[in-house]
Amino acid sequence: MSVAQRWTPTPGQLSFMKAALFALCLVPLALLVLDWDRDALGANPIEAVAHATGAWTLRFLLITLAITPLRRLTGLHWLLRLRRMLGLFAFAYGVAHLLAYVWLDQYFDWTAIAMDILKRPYITVGFVALVLMTPLALTSNNRMIRQLGGRRWQALHRSVYAIALLGVVHFWWLVKADVLDPLIYAVILAGLLGIRAWWRQQERIRQLSTPPGAPPGRRVIRIAAR
Amino acid sequence: MLIRQPTDIVPSEITSPELFRARRQFLRLGAGAALAGGAGLVGLPAGAAESLPARLSPLSTDEPLTGRKDVLSYNNYYEFGTDKSDPAANAGVMKTRPWEVRVEGLVAKPRTFGIEELLKLAPLEERIYRLRCVEAWSMVVPWIGYSLSALLQQVEPLGSARYVAFDSHYDPAIMLRRPVLDWPYKEGLRLDEAMHPLTLLTLGVYGEVLPNQNGAPVRIVVPWKYGYKSAKSIVRIRVTDTQPATAWNTAAPEEYGFYSNVNPEVDHPRWSQARERRIGDFRKRPTLPFNGYAEQVAGLYQGMDLKRFY
Repeated sequence: MSVAQRWTPTPGQLSFMKAALFALCLVPLALLVLDWDRDALGANPIEAVAHATGAWTLRFLLITLAITPLRRLTGLHWLLRLRRMLGLFAFAYGVAHLLAYVWLDQYFDWTAIAMDILKRPYITVGFVALVLMTPLALTSNNRMIRQLGGRRWQALHRSVYAIALLGVVHFWWLVKADVLDPLIYAVILAGLLGIRAWWRQQERIRQLSTPPGAPPGRRVIRIAAR
Repeated sequence: MLIRQPTDIVPSEITSPELFRARRQFLRLGAGAALAGGAGLVGLPAGAAESLPARLSPLSTDEPLTGRKDVLSYNNYYEFGTDKSDPAANAGVMKTRPWEVRVEGLVAKPRTFGIEELLKLAPLEERIYRLRCVEAWSMVVPWIGYSLSALLQQVEPLGSARYVAFDSHYDPAIMLRRPVLDWPYKEGLRLDEAMHPLTLLTLGVYGEVLPNQNGAPVRIVVPWKYGYKSAKSIVRIRVTDTQPATAWNTAAPEEYGFYSNVNPEVDHPRWSQARERRIGDFRKRPTLPFNGYAEQVAGLYQGMDLKRFY
Protein backbone atom coordinates (compact mmCIF):
# COMPACT_ATOMS: atom_id res chain seq x y z
CA MET A 1 0.00 0.00 0.00
CA SER A 2 2.02 2.87 -1.33
CA VAL A 3 -0.09 5.59 0.24
CA ALA A 4 1.07 4.42 3.67
CA GLN A 5 4.55 5.63 2.72
CA ARG A 6 3.28 9.20 2.27
CA TRP A 7 4.80 12.05 4.16
CA THR A 8 4.07 12.13 7.87
CA PRO A 9 4.84 15.15 10.00
CA THR A 10 7.24 14.91 12.92
CA PRO A 11 5.69 15.68 16.33
CA GLY A 12 7.16 19.17 16.09
CA GLN A 13 5.72 19.76 12.64
CA LEU A 14 2.35 18.45 13.81
CA SER A 15 2.32 20.86 16.75
CA PHE A 16 3.08 23.71 14.39
CA MET A 17 0.33 22.63 12.02
CA LYS A 18 -2.12 22.43 14.88
CA ALA A 19 -1.23 25.93 16.02
CA ALA A 20 -1.57 27.26 12.47
CA LEU A 21 -4.91 25.48 12.00
CA PHE A 22 -6.14 26.88 15.30
CA ALA A 23 -5.36 30.41 14.13
CA LEU A 24 -6.93 29.73 10.75
CA CYS A 25 -10.15 28.47 12.34
CA LEU A 26 -10.42 31.72 14.29
CA VAL A 27 -10.22 33.88 11.15
CA PRO A 28 -13.96 33.82 10.31
CA LEU A 29 -14.81 34.83 13.86
CA ALA A 30 -12.16 37.55 13.89
CA LEU A 31 -13.40 38.97 10.59
CA LEU A 32 -16.95 38.99 11.89
CA VAL A 33 -15.96 40.84 15.05
CA LEU A 34 -13.88 43.32 13.03
CA ASP A 35 -16.68 43.93 10.53
CA TRP A 36 -19.16 44.39 13.36
CA ASP A 37 -16.83 46.89 14.97
CA ARG A 38 -16.33 48.94 11.81
CA ASP A 39 -20.01 48.66 10.88
CA ALA A 40 -19.27 46.74 7.69
CA LEU A 41 -21.92 44.02 8.01
CA GLY A 42 -24.54 45.82 5.94
CA ALA A 43 -27.98 47.06 6.87
CA ASN A 44 -28.81 44.13 9.13
CA PRO A 45 -25.64 43.23 11.04
CA ILE A 46 -27.46 40.98 13.52
CA GLU A 47 -28.79 38.83 10.70
CA ALA A 48 -25.31 38.82 9.14
CA VAL A 49 -23.73 37.54 12.37
CA ALA A 50 -26.42 34.89 12.82
CA HIS A 51 -26.04 33.67 9.23
CA ALA A 52 -22.23 33.70 9.26
CA THR A 53 -21.86 31.80 12.55
CA GLY A 54 -24.47 29.28 11.40
CA ALA A 55 -22.78 28.78 8.05
CA TRP A 56 -19.38 28.26 9.72
CA THR A 57 -20.87 25.70 12.11
CA LEU A 58 -22.07 23.71 9.13
CA ARG A 59 -18.81 24.16 7.25
CA PHE A 60 -16.72 22.96 10.20
CA LEU A 61 -19.03 19.97 10.62
CA LEU A 62 -18.55 19.04 6.97
CA ILE A 63 -14.78 19.61 7.14
CA THR A 64 -14.63 17.38 10.22
CA LEU A 65 -16.62 14.71 8.42
CA ALA A 66 -14.29 15.00 5.42
CA ILE A 67 -11.22 13.94 7.42
CA THR A 68 -11.93 10.20 7.42
CA PRO A 69 -12.62 9.93 3.66
CA LEU A 70 -9.68 12.21 2.92
CA ARG A 71 -7.39 10.15 5.09
CA ARG A 72 -8.53 6.95 3.47
CA LEU A 73 -8.21 8.27 -0.05
CA THR A 74 -4.79 9.87 0.43
CA GLY A 75 -3.27 7.63 3.05
CA LEU A 76 -2.37 10.71 5.07
CA HIS A 77 -3.38 9.14 8.36
CA TRP A 78 -2.02 11.99 10.44
CA LEU A 79 -4.94 14.10 9.21
CA LEU A 80 -6.89 12.35 11.95
CA ARG A 81 -4.79 14.23 14.49
CA LEU A 82 -6.43 17.48 13.34
CA ARG A 83 -9.99 16.22 13.50
CA ARG A 84 -10.67 16.89 17.15
CA MET A 85 -9.82 20.56 16.82
CA LEU A 86 -12.05 20.93 13.76
CA GLY A 87 -14.93 19.25 15.57
CA LEU A 88 -14.47 21.48 18.58
CA PHE A 89 -14.49 24.53 16.31
CA ALA A 90 -17.77 23.32 14.81
CA PHE A 91 -19.15 23.28 18.34
CA ALA A 92 -17.64 26.68 19.18
CA TYR A 93 -19.21 28.29 16.10
CA GLY A 94 -22.47 26.56 17.00
CA VAL A 95 -22.35 28.11 20.45
CA ALA A 96 -21.56 31.50 18.88
CA HIS A 97 -24.57 30.98 16.60
CA LEU A 98 -26.80 30.24 19.60
CA LEU A 99 -25.41 33.28 21.40
CA ALA A 100 -26.09 35.46 18.36
CA TYR A 101 -29.68 34.24 18.42
CA VAL A 102 -30.25 34.48 22.18
CA TRP A 103 -28.39 37.72 22.71
CA LEU A 104 -28.36 39.79 19.50
CA ASP A 105 -31.52 38.55 17.85
CA GLN A 106 -33.86 37.88 20.77
CA TYR A 107 -32.09 39.93 23.43
CA PHE A 108 -32.68 37.33 26.17
CA ASP A 109 -36.44 37.28 25.64
CA TRP A 110 -36.70 33.79 27.14
CA THR A 111 -40.43 33.49 26.49
CA ALA A 112 -39.98 34.24 22.80
CA ILE A 113 -36.98 31.87 22.67
CA ALA A 114 -38.92 29.03 24.34
CA MET A 115 -41.85 29.60 21.96
CA ASP A 116 -39.49 29.54 18.99
CA ILE A 117 -37.87 26.28 20.07
CA LEU A 118 -41.24 24.64 20.65
CA LYS A 119 -43.14 26.09 17.71
CA ARG A 120 -40.69 26.57 14.86
CA PRO A 121 -39.42 23.29 13.43
CA TYR A 122 -36.27 24.85 11.99
CA ILE A 123 -35.31 26.27 15.36
CA THR A 124 -36.25 23.02 17.13
CA VAL A 125 -34.00 21.08 14.79
CA GLY A 126 -31.11 23.53 15.12
CA PHE A 127 -31.41 23.54 18.88
CA VAL A 128 -31.49 19.74 19.06
CA ALA A 129 -28.39 19.59 16.86
CA LEU A 130 -26.49 21.88 19.19
CA VAL A 131 -27.65 19.99 22.28
CA LEU A 132 -26.46 16.74 20.67
CA MET A 133 -23.09 18.31 19.91
CA THR A 134 -22.50 19.11 23.56
CA PRO A 135 -21.65 15.57 24.78
CA LEU A 136 -19.35 15.17 21.78
CA ALA A 137 -17.50 18.34 22.67
CA LEU A 138 -17.29 17.29 26.34
CA THR A 139 -15.84 13.88 25.44
CA SER A 140 -13.34 15.19 22.90
CA ASN A 141 -10.34 14.59 25.13
CA ASN A 142 -8.04 11.64 25.80
CA ARG A 143 -9.26 11.16 29.34
CA MET A 144 -12.86 10.71 28.23
CA ILE A 145 -11.83 8.31 25.45
CA ARG A 146 -10.01 6.17 28.03
CA GLN A 147 -12.90 6.39 30.43
CA LEU A 148 -15.53 5.45 27.86
CA GLY A 149 -13.44 2.94 25.97
CA GLY A 150 -12.76 3.30 22.26
CA ARG A 151 -15.82 1.38 21.12
CA ARG A 152 -18.35 3.28 23.21
CA TRP A 153 -16.65 6.56 22.47
CA GLN A 154 -16.85 5.86 18.76
CA ALA A 155 -20.52 4.85 18.99
CA LEU A 156 -21.30 8.10 20.79
CA HIS A 157 -19.41 10.17 18.26
CA ARG A 158 -21.23 8.56 15.32
CA SER A 159 -24.13 10.83 16.31
CA VAL A 160 -22.23 13.54 14.41
CA TYR A 161 -23.81 12.11 11.24
CA ALA A 162 -27.28 12.88 12.62
CA ILE A 163 -26.11 16.27 13.89
CA ALA A 164 -24.84 17.30 10.45
CA LEU A 165 -28.10 16.13 8.92
CA LEU A 166 -30.11 18.18 11.42
CA GLY A 167 -27.88 21.17 10.70
CA VAL A 168 -28.59 21.00 6.98
CA VAL A 169 -32.32 20.56 7.62
CA HIS A 170 -32.18 23.59 9.95
CA PHE A 171 -30.72 25.67 7.11
CA TRP A 172 -33.10 24.22 4.51
CA TRP A 173 -36.21 25.06 6.52
CA LEU A 174 -35.02 28.58 7.14
CA VAL A 175 -34.76 29.78 3.54
CA LYS A 176 -37.80 31.31 1.88
CA ALA A 177 -37.61 29.97 -1.64
CA ASP A 178 -34.07 29.68 -2.93
CA VAL A 179 -32.77 26.35 -1.62
CA LEU A 180 -29.56 26.45 -3.66
CA ASP A 181 -27.28 27.19 -0.69
CA PRO A 182 -28.70 24.50 1.64
CA LEU A 183 -28.73 22.15 -1.35
CA ILE A 184 -24.97 22.58 -1.75
CA TYR A 185 -24.42 21.64 1.90
CA ALA A 186 -26.84 18.72 1.51
CA VAL A 187 -25.02 17.35 -1.54
CA ILE A 188 -21.62 17.56 0.18
CA LEU A 189 -23.03 15.86 3.28
CA ALA A 190 -24.66 13.18 1.15
CA GLY A 191 -21.30 12.57 -0.50
CA LEU A 192 -19.46 12.34 2.83
CA LEU A 193 -22.01 9.95 4.31
CA GLY A 194 -22.50 8.06 1.05
CA ILE A 195 -18.83 7.22 0.67
CA ARG A 196 -18.84 5.78 4.19
CA ALA A 197 -21.90 3.68 3.46
CA TRP A 198 -20.32 2.45 0.24
CA TRP A 199 -17.05 1.52 1.95
CA ARG A 200 -18.93 -0.29 4.66
CA GLN A 201 -20.85 -2.20 2.03
CA GLN A 202 -17.61 -3.13 0.23
CA GLU A 203 -16.11 -4.32 3.48
CA ARG A 204 -19.11 -6.50 4.18
CA ILE A 205 -18.89 -8.07 0.74
CA ARG A 206 -15.18 -8.70 1.25
CA GLN A 207 -15.78 -10.32 4.62
CA LEU A 208 -18.47 -12.56 3.20
CA SER A 209 -16.26 -13.65 0.33
CA THR A 210 -13.26 -14.40 2.53
CA PRO A 211 -13.24 -18.08 3.52
CA PRO A 212 -12.96 -18.61 7.29
CA GLY A 213 -9.42 -19.18 8.43
CA ALA A 214 -7.89 -17.44 5.40
CA PRO A 215 -5.28 -14.81 6.23
CA PRO A 216 -6.77 -11.34 6.47
CA GLY A 217 -6.38 -9.38 3.28
CA ARG A 218 -5.82 -5.70 2.76
CA ARG A 219 -7.95 -3.80 5.18
CA VAL A 220 -8.15 -0.38 6.60
CA ILE A 221 -6.55 0.12 9.94
CA ARG A 222 -8.97 1.73 12.33
CA ILE A 223 -7.30 4.22 14.56
CA ALA A 224 -9.20 5.54 17.49
CA ALA A 225 -9.08 9.30 17.58
CA ARG A 226 -6.33 10.58 19.82
CA MET B 1 -40.35 68.14 -17.95
CA LEU B 2 -40.55 66.94 -14.41
CA ILE B 3 -37.00 65.74 -14.16
CA ARG B 4 -35.12 68.85 -13.20
CA GLN B 5 -31.74 69.71 -12.00
CA PRO B 6 -31.57 70.14 -8.22
CA THR B 7 -30.88 73.86 -8.69
CA ASP B 8 -34.33 74.37 -10.20
CA ILE B 9 -36.01 74.49 -6.81
CA VAL B 10 -35.22 75.69 -3.35
CA PRO B 11 -36.11 72.80 -1.08
CA SER B 12 -37.07 75.00 1.83
CA GLU B 13 -39.82 76.60 -0.24
CA ILE B 14 -41.79 73.45 -0.73
CA THR B 15 -40.80 71.12 2.05
CA SER B 16 -41.91 71.03 5.64
CA PRO B 17 -39.29 71.57 8.34
CA GLU B 18 -39.42 67.88 9.29
CA LEU B 19 -38.77 66.77 5.77
CA PHE B 20 -36.09 69.40 5.37
CA ARG B 21 -34.33 67.93 8.39
CA ALA B 22 -34.87 64.43 7.05
CA ARG B 23 -33.29 65.51 3.78
CA ARG B 24 -30.31 66.99 5.60
CA GLN B 25 -30.01 63.63 7.32
CA PHE B 26 -29.97 61.65 4.11
CA LEU B 27 -27.67 64.10 2.40
CA ARG B 28 -25.24 63.59 5.24
CA LEU B 29 -25.63 59.83 5.00
CA GLY B 30 -25.35 59.96 1.25
CA ALA B 31 -22.25 62.10 1.36
CA GLY B 32 -20.70 59.76 3.87
CA ALA B 33 -21.52 56.78 1.70
CA ALA B 34 -20.04 58.47 -1.36
CA LEU B 35 -16.86 59.32 0.52
CA ALA B 36 -16.56 55.75 1.69
CA GLY B 37 -17.04 54.51 -1.86
CA GLY B 38 -20.51 53.40 -0.80
CA ALA B 39 -22.11 54.73 -3.97
CA GLY B 40 -19.95 52.38 -5.98
CA LEU B 41 -20.84 49.52 -3.67
CA VAL B 42 -24.55 49.98 -4.20
CA GLY B 43 -24.09 50.06 -7.95
CA LEU B 44 -24.67 53.73 -8.45
CA PRO B 45 -22.05 55.83 -10.13
CA ALA B 46 -21.79 58.92 -7.94
CA GLY B 47 -24.02 61.68 -9.23
CA ALA B 48 -25.78 59.48 -11.78
CA ALA B 49 -29.17 59.58 -10.10
CA GLU B 50 -31.73 62.00 -11.47
CA SER B 51 -33.41 64.06 -8.81
CA LEU B 52 -37.19 63.95 -8.61
CA PRO B 53 -38.77 66.88 -6.81
CA ALA B 54 -41.90 66.09 -4.88
CA ARG B 55 -44.12 67.62 -2.25
CA LEU B 56 -44.32 65.94 1.14
CA SER B 57 -47.62 64.12 1.50
CA PRO B 58 -49.67 64.35 4.70
CA LEU B 59 -49.95 60.55 4.50
CA SER B 60 -46.29 60.40 5.56
CA THR B 61 -45.05 59.12 8.88
CA ASP B 62 -42.77 61.36 10.92
CA GLU B 63 -40.63 58.44 12.11
CA PRO B 64 -36.90 58.72 11.46
CA LEU B 65 -35.89 57.58 7.98
CA THR B 66 -33.87 54.44 7.39
CA GLY B 67 -30.50 55.50 5.96
CA ARG B 68 -30.35 55.93 2.20
CA LYS B 69 -27.46 53.52 1.90
CA ASP B 70 -29.46 50.79 3.68
CA VAL B 71 -32.55 51.43 1.56
CA LEU B 72 -30.45 51.19 -1.60
CA SER B 73 -28.30 48.20 -0.62
CA TYR B 74 -30.52 45.84 1.39
CA ASN B 75 -33.09 44.64 -1.10
CA ASN B 76 -35.25 41.66 -1.90
CA TYR B 77 -35.44 41.63 -5.69
CA TYR B 78 -35.08 37.93 -6.42
CA GLU B 79 -34.78 38.37 -10.18
CA PHE B 80 -31.34 39.83 -9.51
CA GLY B 81 -30.29 37.30 -6.88
CA THR B 82 -31.59 36.06 -3.57
CA ASP B 83 -29.02 37.67 -1.28
CA LYS B 84 -29.96 41.09 0.06
CA SER B 85 -26.82 42.57 -1.51
CA ASP B 86 -27.35 40.95 -4.94
CA PRO B 87 -29.84 43.43 -6.44
CA ALA B 88 -27.61 46.44 -5.80
CA ALA B 89 -24.71 44.55 -7.37
CA ASN B 90 -26.57 43.10 -10.37
CA ALA B 91 -29.55 45.29 -11.24
CA GLY B 92 -27.49 48.08 -12.81
CA VAL B 93 -27.59 46.42 -16.24
CA MET B 94 -31.38 46.73 -16.54
CA LYS B 95 -32.44 49.39 -19.05
CA THR B 96 -35.32 51.45 -17.67
CA ARG B 97 -35.66 53.92 -20.57
CA PRO B 98 -37.64 53.58 -22.70
CA TRP B 99 -40.21 51.78 -20.57
CA GLU B 100 -43.86 51.10 -21.15
CA VAL B 101 -46.63 49.93 -18.88
CA ARG B 102 -49.62 48.32 -20.55
CA VAL B 103 -52.85 48.84 -18.61
CA GLU B 104 -55.61 46.56 -19.84
CA GLY B 105 -58.33 44.08 -18.96
CA LEU B 106 -61.74 45.06 -17.66
CA VAL B 107 -61.33 48.74 -18.42
CA ALA B 108 -63.10 51.11 -20.77
CA LYS B 109 -59.90 52.65 -22.10
CA PRO B 110 -56.97 50.23 -22.17
CA ARG B 111 -53.74 52.11 -22.79
CA THR B 112 -50.00 51.88 -22.83
CA PHE B 113 -48.20 54.50 -20.78
CA GLY B 114 -44.62 55.51 -21.39
CA ILE B 115 -42.49 56.19 -18.35
CA GLU B 116 -42.21 59.92 -19.16
CA GLU B 117 -45.99 60.07 -19.26
CA LEU B 118 -46.29 58.28 -15.93
CA LEU B 119 -43.92 60.80 -14.36
CA LYS B 120 -46.33 63.58 -15.36
CA LEU B 121 -49.68 61.89 -14.85
CA ALA B 122 -50.26 63.35 -11.40
CA PRO B 123 -48.34 65.65 -9.02
CA LEU B 124 -45.47 63.76 -7.43
CA GLU B 125 -45.70 63.35 -3.67
CA GLU B 126 -43.11 62.26 -1.17
CA ARG B 127 -44.71 59.52 0.92
CA ILE B 128 -42.70 58.43 3.91
CA TYR B 129 -44.00 54.95 4.61
CA ARG B 130 -43.12 52.15 6.96
CA LEU B 131 -42.03 49.06 5.04
CA ARG B 132 -42.47 45.71 6.79
CA CYS B 133 -40.81 42.70 5.21
CA VAL B 134 -42.28 39.23 5.78
CA GLU B 135 -38.81 38.33 7.12
CA ALA B 136 -39.53 40.43 10.23
CA TRP B 137 -37.39 43.47 9.48
CA SER B 138 -38.68 46.92 8.64
CA MET B 139 -37.62 50.30 7.27
CA VAL B 140 -38.97 53.82 6.93
CA VAL B 141 -38.66 54.85 3.29
CA PRO B 142 -39.31 58.22 1.58
CA TRP B 143 -40.98 57.00 -1.62
CA ILE B 144 -42.00 59.35 -4.43
CA GLY B 145 -45.09 58.84 -6.55
CA TYR B 146 -48.83 59.27 -6.48
CA SER B 147 -51.83 57.12 -5.65
CA LEU B 148 -52.28 54.22 -8.05
CA SER B 149 -55.93 55.27 -8.26
CA ALA B 150 -54.85 58.25 -10.40
CA LEU B 151 -53.60 55.85 -13.06
CA LEU B 152 -56.53 53.44 -12.78
CA GLN B 153 -59.02 56.28 -13.14
CA GLN B 154 -57.44 57.11 -16.50
CA VAL B 155 -58.38 53.69 -17.91
CA GLU B 156 -61.84 53.59 -16.26
CA PRO B 157 -62.31 50.13 -14.71
CA LEU B 158 -65.61 48.49 -15.67
CA GLY B 159 -68.34 47.57 -13.20
CA SER B 160 -67.28 43.92 -13.38
CA ALA B 161 -63.70 44.73 -12.26
CA ARG B 162 -62.72 43.12 -8.94
CA TYR B 163 -58.95 42.71 -8.94
CA VAL B 164 -55.81 44.32 -10.29
CA ALA B 165 -52.86 42.17 -11.38
CA PHE B 166 -49.30 43.41 -11.76
CA ASP B 167 -46.70 41.76 -13.98
CA SER B 168 -43.06 42.59 -13.42
CA HIS B 169 -40.38 42.80 -16.06
CA TYR B 170 -38.48 39.58 -16.69
CA ASP B 171 -35.43 39.31 -18.90
CA PRO B 172 -33.63 35.96 -18.55
CA ALA B 173 -30.56 37.47 -20.24
CA ILE B 174 -29.86 39.65 -17.19
CA MET B 175 -31.99 38.05 -14.47
CA LEU B 176 -31.98 34.84 -12.46
CA ARG B 177 -32.87 31.87 -14.65
CA ARG B 178 -33.28 29.35 -11.85
CA PRO B 179 -37.01 28.97 -11.20
CA VAL B 180 -36.84 30.17 -7.62
CA LEU B 181 -40.22 31.79 -8.29
CA ASP B 182 -42.49 31.41 -11.29
CA TRP B 183 -41.06 34.21 -13.46
CA PRO B 184 -42.12 36.77 -14.40
CA TYR B 185 -43.01 37.97 -10.91
CA LYS B 186 -46.72 38.49 -10.47
CA GLU B 187 -48.64 40.32 -7.80
CA GLY B 188 -52.19 41.40 -7.29
CA LEU B 189 -54.61 43.40 -5.19
CA ARG B 190 -58.33 43.59 -4.76
CA LEU B 191 -59.66 46.59 -6.71
CA ASP B 192 -60.60 48.46 -3.52
CA GLU B 193 -57.09 47.91 -2.17
CA ALA B 194 -55.59 49.12 -5.43
CA MET B 195 -57.81 52.21 -5.37
CA HIS B 196 -56.97 53.03 -1.74
CA PRO B 197 -55.15 56.38 -1.51
CA LEU B 198 -52.25 54.78 0.40
CA THR B 199 -51.45 52.45 -2.51
CA LEU B 200 -48.65 54.27 -4.23
CA LEU B 201 -47.55 54.11 -7.84
CA THR B 202 -43.91 54.67 -7.06
CA LEU B 203 -41.38 56.34 -9.34
CA GLY B 204 -38.72 57.54 -6.95
CA VAL B 205 -37.14 57.22 -3.54
CA TYR B 206 -34.98 59.49 -1.45
CA GLY B 207 -35.44 62.46 -3.75
CA GLU B 208 -34.35 60.71 -6.93
CA VAL B 209 -35.74 58.37 -9.58
CA LEU B 210 -35.93 54.77 -8.39
CA PRO B 211 -32.58 53.00 -8.47
CA ASN B 212 -32.87 49.68 -10.34
CA GLN B 213 -32.48 47.57 -7.22
CA ASN B 214 -35.52 49.31 -5.70
CA GLY B 215 -37.77 48.37 -8.63
CA ALA B 216 -37.07 50.96 -11.32
CA PRO B 217 -38.58 52.60 -13.14
CA VAL B 218 -42.05 52.08 -11.71
CA ARG B 219 -43.38 49.88 -8.90
CA ILE B 220 -46.19 49.90 -6.45
CA VAL B 221 -45.90 50.29 -2.69
CA VAL B 222 -48.68 48.96 -0.47
CA PRO B 223 -47.53 49.96 3.00
CA TRP B 224 -49.95 47.87 5.07
CA LYS B 225 -48.91 44.61 3.39
CA TYR B 226 -45.70 42.61 3.55
CA GLY B 227 -43.09 43.97 1.18
CA TYR B 228 -43.38 41.30 -1.50
CA LYS B 229 -46.91 42.51 -2.32
CA SER B 230 -45.33 45.69 -3.69
CA ALA B 231 -44.37 44.54 -7.19
CA LYS B 232 -41.27 46.05 -8.79
CA SER B 233 -40.40 47.08 -12.36
CA ILE B 234 -43.99 46.79 -13.56
CA VAL B 235 -44.67 46.28 -17.28
CA ARG B 236 -48.32 45.30 -17.24
CA ILE B 237 -51.36 46.05 -15.11
CA ARG B 238 -54.44 43.94 -15.73
CA VAL B 239 -57.87 44.63 -14.28
CA THR B 240 -59.71 41.33 -13.79
CA ASP B 241 -62.81 39.81 -12.25
CA THR B 242 -60.97 36.83 -10.74
CA GLN B 243 -58.28 36.77 -8.09
CA PRO B 244 -54.96 36.75 -9.93
CA ALA B 245 -52.19 34.26 -9.21
CA THR B 246 -49.34 35.85 -7.26
CA ALA B 247 -45.70 34.76 -7.18
CA TRP B 248 -45.19 33.95 -3.51
CA ASN B 249 -48.67 32.52 -3.06
CA THR B 250 -48.00 30.18 -5.98
CA ALA B 251 -44.61 29.20 -4.53
CA ALA B 252 -45.88 28.42 -1.01
CA PRO B 253 -49.62 28.98 -0.55
CA GLU B 254 -49.65 27.93 3.12
CA GLU B 255 -46.97 30.52 3.91
CA TYR B 256 -47.93 33.50 1.75
CA GLY B 257 -51.57 34.36 1.30
CA PHE B 258 -53.10 36.56 -1.37
CA TYR B 259 -53.85 39.31 1.13
CA SER B 260 -50.59 39.26 3.11
CA ASN B 261 -51.66 42.11 5.35
CA VAL B 262 -49.10 42.80 8.06
CA ASN B 263 -50.55 40.99 11.06
CA PRO B 264 -48.69 40.33 14.32
CA GLU B 265 -51.36 37.78 15.26
CA VAL B 266 -50.84 35.54 12.25
CA ASP B 267 -47.39 33.99 12.28
CA HIS B 268 -45.53 32.82 9.25
CA PRO B 269 -45.60 29.02 9.67
CA ARG B 270 -41.85 29.10 10.22
CA TRP B 271 -41.32 32.27 12.23
CA SER B 272 -43.16 34.75 14.41
CA GLN B 273 -44.57 37.98 12.99
CA ALA B 274 -45.21 39.49 16.42
CA ARG B 275 -42.08 41.62 16.37
CA GLU B 276 -39.78 43.17 13.83
CA ARG B 277 -36.32 44.68 13.72
CA ARG B 278 -36.29 48.18 12.30
CA ILE B 279 -33.11 48.38 10.26
CA GLY B 280 -30.62 50.34 12.35
CA ASP B 281 -32.17 49.29 15.65
CA PHE B 282 -30.67 46.73 17.99
CA ARG B 283 -33.82 45.63 19.80
CA LYS B 284 -36.94 44.38 18.10
CA ARG B 285 -40.18 46.31 18.32
CA PRO B 286 -43.76 45.03 18.30
CA THR B 287 -45.31 44.75 14.85
CA LEU B 288 -48.52 46.75 14.44
CA PRO B 289 -51.67 45.42 12.76
CA PHE B 290 -51.69 46.54 9.13
CA ASN B 291 -48.20 47.88 9.76
CA GLY B 292 -49.67 50.79 11.71
CA TYR B 293 -52.16 51.75 8.94
CA ALA B 294 -55.15 50.04 10.57
CA GLU B 295 -57.03 53.32 10.97
CA GLN B 296 -56.94 53.88 7.21
CA VAL B 297 -57.34 50.33 5.88
CA ALA B 298 -58.91 48.02 8.47
CA GLY B 299 -62.33 48.92 7.04
CA LEU B 300 -61.43 47.18 3.79
CA TYR B 301 -61.48 43.86 5.61
CA GLN B 302 -64.52 44.27 7.82
CA GLY B 303 -66.16 40.94 8.58
CA MET B 304 -63.26 38.95 7.11
CA ASP B 305 -61.47 36.32 9.15
CA LEU B 306 -57.92 37.60 8.84
CA LYS B 307 -56.50 34.34 10.14
CA ARG B 308 -58.11 32.57 7.22
CA PHE B 309 -57.46 35.27 4.64
CA TYR B 310 -53.85 35.84 5.62
